[in-house]
Amino acid sequence: MMSTRALGFGPALRQFASPRIVRNQALRNVFVKRRTVQTQSLRPSAEEIILNQQRLKRPSSPHFTIYQPQLTWISSIANRVTGAGLSVLLYSYALAYLVAPETFASANVVELVHSLPEAVKYTGKVILAAPFAFHSWNGIRHLLWDTGYFLTLKGAYQAGYAVLGLTAVSTVGLVLL
Amino acid sequence: MQGRVKSSTTTSMQSLVARSALLRSTPARASSLRTFASSAARSQAVPTEKPVKPKEFKIYRWNPDEPAKKPTLQSYNIDLNQCGPMILDALIKIKNEMDPTLTFRRSCREGICGSCAMNINGQNTLACLCRIDRESPKDTKIYPLPHMYIVKDLVPDLTHFYKQYKSIEPFLKNDNPPSDREFLQSPEDRRKLDGMYECILCACCSTSCPSYWWNQDEYLGPATLMAAYRWIADSRDGYGAQRKEKLQNELSLYRCHTIFNCARTCPKGLNPAMAIAKLKLELAAD
Repeated sequence: MMSTRALGFGPALRQFASPRIVRNQALRNVFVKRRTVQTQSLRPSAEEIILNQQRLKRPSSPHFTIYQPQLTWISSIANRVTGAGLSVLLYSYALAYLVAPETFASANVVELVHSLPEAVKYTGKVILAAPFAFHSWNGIRHLLWDTGYFLTLKGAYQAGYAVLGLTAVSTVGLVLL
Repeated sequence: MQGRVKSSTTTSMQSLVARSALLRSTPARASSLRTFASSAARSQAVPTEKPVKPKEFKIYRWNPDEPAKKPTLQSYNIDLNQCGPMILDALIKIKNEMDPTLTFRRSCREGICGSCAMNINGQNTLACLCRIDRESPKDTKIYPLPHMYIVKDLVPDLTHFYKQYKSIEPFLKNDNPPSDREFLQSPEDRRKLDGMYECILCACCSTSCPSYWWNQDEYLGPATLMAAYRWIADSRDGYGAQRKEKLQNELSLYRCHTIFNCARTCPKGLNPAMAIAKLKLELAAD
């Protein structure tokens, strides 16, 4: 078995297979369809610049607006909101007392509440008692987690429903006090 | 002649045996006959047309070639009787038959690669493990993983997520491994890794975590923290103290507020929240 290469016919045969005419650029454009897509050569380092330009334009996907409401994160947000609300109330009252101890004295507050109609009194009590009860019970739930209890998903949900139940009961208890 | 007699007796014997067998199992024979008859008929029958069961899918779209256009929800209607049972089947059907420009990641279609993680009906999960709700007449909404930069349509940019994973050095580090034999571990020590080593890094948990939404530049997120604890809990690893030291700051670990979204959403049923709680306990005891 002798190959054409061994005989030295290789280049000659190749030339025969693709005639010079086709290699000629001018003639080639006549026969071969011209490419319409223009390419631009860039250095490899340009890749990063292009990527960074694209990154700047990327939108951030939607989050809490599309996420399913679940006891897990809703109770966490509620804990934050009630905690912040109660703190604001406590600090603002304390600061107000510091500024004007006469107007914000206990006797004055008692008198003000006494003069309110029943409906307003109970609504106000619920508004104060419910966040307080929830934040306290949920705080205990967090302490239990931090000491290693209720760490399964089922446990977390059971503790969550227990907190909701206890909040309801203790809110009623505090309002009727 | 003799051979023929012999053969006739054998055939009569065979038929006798066959008949007694038939007598013994009449119901079985009847049923086998029926299946045979019906399968023959089935091969000649024209397949009956299933009724059209339409379902609307609303899918998040954003095209990087038109970056000024705001992301939108695009609606696609599919006949569920002409589609596989999973969300991924529906996505592939849409891409094949309706809109080839729809872009999403997918690979194994059996919940082991973690490519097709996305937010389906408000929950992060793998499209290949999530069944299409056939009963509900409501549409199914599909978004990319929440609070991530979007490369295109349902494809989020996970570069930062992977960098965070890399930062905890997710490999065994030990200065004195046994030179003459395998690195052995007791069954009890091995059991400590169960529920952690199975993580496929699909990023469902991290992107479901509100703490990660607001602080992903510094907070490592549930997937990475569980991976960190997987190496700290490994009895063969010798760098537990250094690994813990790296987490001793305000944000890397302690941004976790035990919300449990991660455990709730994990498509593999793992519990990153528990791993992080244990990690916190160990760090507090240091």
